[in-house]
Amino acid sequence: MPEWQEEIRQRLAGLNLAPEREAEIVEELSQHLEDRYEDLLAQGNTSEAAFQISLTELNESELLVRELRRVERRFEPEPIIFGANRRSNMISGVWQDLRYGVRALLKNPAFSTVVVLTLALGIGANTALFSVVNGVLLNPLPFPQPDQLVTLDQSKPNFDMGAIPYPNFRDLQKENRTFSSMAISRGFGFSLLGAGEAERVSARLISADFFTVLDIKPALGRTLAPGEDEPGAGPVVLISADLWQRKFGAAEDVLSKSLTLDDKTYSIVGVIPANFSLFRGTDVYVPIGQWNSPALQRRGAGLGLHGIGRIKPGVTIDQAQADLNGVMGRLAETYPDTNRGNGSKVSSLKERLIGGIGPTLWILLGAVGFVLLIACVNVSNLLLARSTGRTREFAIRAALGAGRWRLLRQSLTESMLLALTGGVLGLILAGWGTRTALAVLPTTLPRATEVGLDARVLVFTVVISLLTGILSGLAPALKTARWRLSETLKEGGRVASSARGRAQGILVAVEMALAVVLLVGAGLMIRSLNALWNVDPGFRSDNVLTFGLSLSPSMKTATSEAVHANLRALSDQIATSPGVQAVSFSAGAIPLAGEDDLFFWLDDQPKPASQSEMKMALVYRVEPGYLPAMGIPLKHGRFFTAQDDERSQAVVVIDEVFAHKYFGDTDPVGKRIRQDGQDAQQIVGVVGHVKQWSLAADEEQSLQAQLYEPFRQVGVSWAGVGVLVRSEGSASAPFDSIRRVVQNHNKQNVISRPQTMNDLIATSLAERQFSMILLDAFAVVALLLASLGLYGVISYLVGQRTHELGIRLALGAQRRDVLRLVLKHGMKMALAGVSLGLVAALGLTRLLSKMLYGVSATDPMTFAVIAFLLTTVALLACIVPARRATKVDPLIALRYE
Amino acid sequence: MLDNEVKRGSTEMLILALVEDRPRHGYEIAKLIEQRSDGVLQFHVASLYPLLYRLEKRGLIKGRWVEKAGQRRRRFYKLTAAGQKILAQQRQTWKDFFFALDRVAGINPV
Repeated sequence: MPEWQEEIRQRLAGLNLAPEREAEIVEELSQHLEDRYEDLLAQGNTSEAAFQISLTELNESELLVRELRRVERRFEPEPIIFGANRRSNMISGVWQDLRYGVRALLKNPAFSTVVVLTLALGIGANTALFSVVNGVLLNPLPFPQPDQLVTLDQSKPNFDMGAIPYPNFRDLQKENRTFSSMAISRGFGFSLLGAGEAERVSARLISADFFTVLDIKPALGRTLAPGEDEPGAGPVVLISADLWQRKFGAAEDVLSKSLTLDDKTYSIVGVIPANFSLFRGTDVYVPIGQWNSPALQRRGAGLGLHGIGRIKPGVTIDQAQADLNGVMGRLAETYPDTNRGNGSKVSSLKERLIGGIGPTLWILLGAVGFVLLIACVNVSNLLLARSTGRTREFAIRAALGAGRWRLLRQSLTESMLLALTGGVLGLILAGWGTRTALAVLPTTLPRATEVGLDARVLVFTVVISLLTGILSGLAPALKTARWRLSETLKEGGRVASSARGRAQGILVAVEMALAVVLLVGAGLMIRSLNALWNVDPGFRSDNVLTFGLSLSPSMKTATSEAVHANLRALSDQIATSPGVQAVSFSAGAIPLAGEDDLFFWLDDQPKPASQSEMKMALVYRVEPGYLPAMGIPLKHGRFFTAQDDERSQAVVVIDEVFAHKYFGDTDPVGKRIRQDGQDAQQIVGVVGHVKQWSLAADEEQSLQAQLYEPFRQVGVSWAGVGVLVRSEGSASAPFDSIRRVVQNHNKQNVISRPQTMNDLIATSLAERQFSMILLDAFAVVALLLASLGLYGVISYLVGQRTHELGIRLALGAQRRDVLRLVLKHGMKMALAGVSLGLVAALGLTRLLSKMLYGVSATDPMTFAVIAFLLTTVALLACIVPARRATKVDPLIALRYE
Repeated sequence: MLDNEVKRGSTEMLILALVEDRPRHGYEIAKLIEQRSDGVLQFHVASLYPLLYRLEKRGLIKGRWVEKAGQRRRRFYKLTAAGQKILAQQRQTWKDFFFALDRVAGINPV
């Protein structure tokens, strides 16, 4: 009798079984082998042969050890076979699905790569846009208790967002009961001297509480102490982290240094941290008391002062506004001349910062969602096509008793794997792409610096990746799970292709429809922007340069005559610079750039009792060169001449809107208007109306009447005069010679913010352009994906129908007929999609209507062009595989079966 | 045509069926499979026992050492209640499968 136990023990050695378990197995197996050995002997085998046969069976394919290793493992993933208890197998089943899925996907790397990249693009674009929505709209402002922060404005009968005169602010600050703190500020400009070339720095004049309201801790030093904003307090200044870096190399000893702004020296007491993003671009913060403007103490002078406040915990914005309105009501009784009719407007700081960008961003997020849907449909189609090749695999598993849910789960696991891989890639794409896009695209996006990836964006990405997995895997999974054994086997591994084709046809139609919606949206945006570029702003923007000019701070104490004389000399010198055609200095409003207005009444009417009952007009204080420089047409009478100066009769020029509004059909030339405390001004001419507010929505602003005063008849400041220059050739060409002229005149003269008028227009269109570029990009991707999808499906169906086409050809069908057959099939899907898309677009483009200009949301032209474009692309996508179909060789096609 | 997965799936059912009416030991099971299938299905020591252990682990069968007078002790396997249920399910599934095969390919398994 052979020694079986030793043979078995040797084979089990590698398994490291527990000794008792090993002994049991050895005992059982050796008995089996003994029985076998004896049976073999009884059958007439020699003992040698019987031993060999038994040994061979023991060694069989090394099965024993391998199988035992699996069985005897402590935690063995249960294979899913007939009727096993599925619930208890859930976890190990999923794990098995995962491993199986990874293997299946790795087996087909090209397919997997295409799918993952498609999804990465879709998910990445969605993540990027969501990170913008998240950073701009959803995240709270980066200040402590941001919900308590509000903006404060003084409301007038027709205007909510008016400036708050300083004395009114002081009273609001003292008498309110709902605010824990409030502050006021305004933008300002200083010439920074003594630190390299004289430079214009951007400043904010602030009241002492400004940083207290926002609860901003300085990066270095301190913020303002109470009382430091009073007139006569010692001159101190807070500087931005940027200026600290730029001028002081971020040195710690900056607190012992000072800055010379204009003609005054300020001690630096603090550095504001770099991440402070309100009023971005501000270099210095100066206490408002340092501004010795007498107007600061006038209740009728807004001076561009606007407030911020922090309301007490538990107080609503409405309550705060009611509280301030109470104070304003008392002020109106005490100071009726200046305050009658004025109230207070309290708004959420976040809402004011975000402005009207919300709907645009949500629409863009919706659009990019469409792109992802198209990507899903494409992937779905790819998976459907691929699952054909796996019919046998699934049939066998079904035969083994795998239930529908089980097969569905396997399918979904694979699409989930693809989607999650795509999601990870997409996240990387988004992280990198968002910053790049925000840097490159024209945008005035508020809070842009706060856009980034955070926990919420990550959750969003995970959720859309999972949804993507389900969406793209569902159709193929359902198909797979619905296989009937009989059908599959009947077809010998081929599938009921008509049912398949229908599913894919529907998917392609949906894809086409989505693409149509995006393309129509993009088309409408393009048309809008075109229309806007063609809007006549009322002036000719080509070759016009604007910049700010401040004379040397030594002019600060000079008389008005001296300032005028200086400016006049500079104006004349610039006018004679090479390349300069016309030049005008300007105070007051500049179209699309800055507004200024004044109160007046008609000379033949009694003076109104209070300012709020006076008429209002935009005011431009300009030189005679303004009309030729801006290219504004003179309609009637005359424009200013060099003779309209401080010694001559006070004159004004009005625009057509002004003329029509206040004089109707009568000739305004020769009529007179009055302003408080001034001589009557005679109207000498009428010029064309200019779009002041914006190209698109100028008419929405109530203030339209425009009034021109001669620059030389009004008091002007030595600092911050606007200059407009029309030149030959490019707008910026003469800038260098102008800069030399200004510098030669006085080394401490400073030029600031040079900008061409075309740039100004572009900036005013930036938000729309941003939307248009994104929508266009989405639409192009959609078109590409949809046509690829159509191409793929037609190719696939042609492949499936090779046999049928072969028979048709063999039976005498012409190649033309085959071509027509395939094209008809493809175009049926495409046209169904296009029609569906047009209907959907009719509904959805309404959402765009606020962003459109000069084109209706249902513009038939756009719809027609897009329908034609998509049909053509679809035709091209069908023609390639259709031509392949005509080349089918009947013999080969039939043998192929 | 039967690949390993099918073979294994079906064998498990065969084993369950063979221990349905009375407990049997491994060698007996192997022999019965070979006999009753006229030699078409063969399971040797290396393939049989891992399956038996697997089924036991899943609680479908239960092994017990039995000593009979004058013989060495042997391990006898009997069907558990869970095994009974699974066996019934598998029989139904295979019945459906064969019915399907019959309708498709015209084979008669009976």
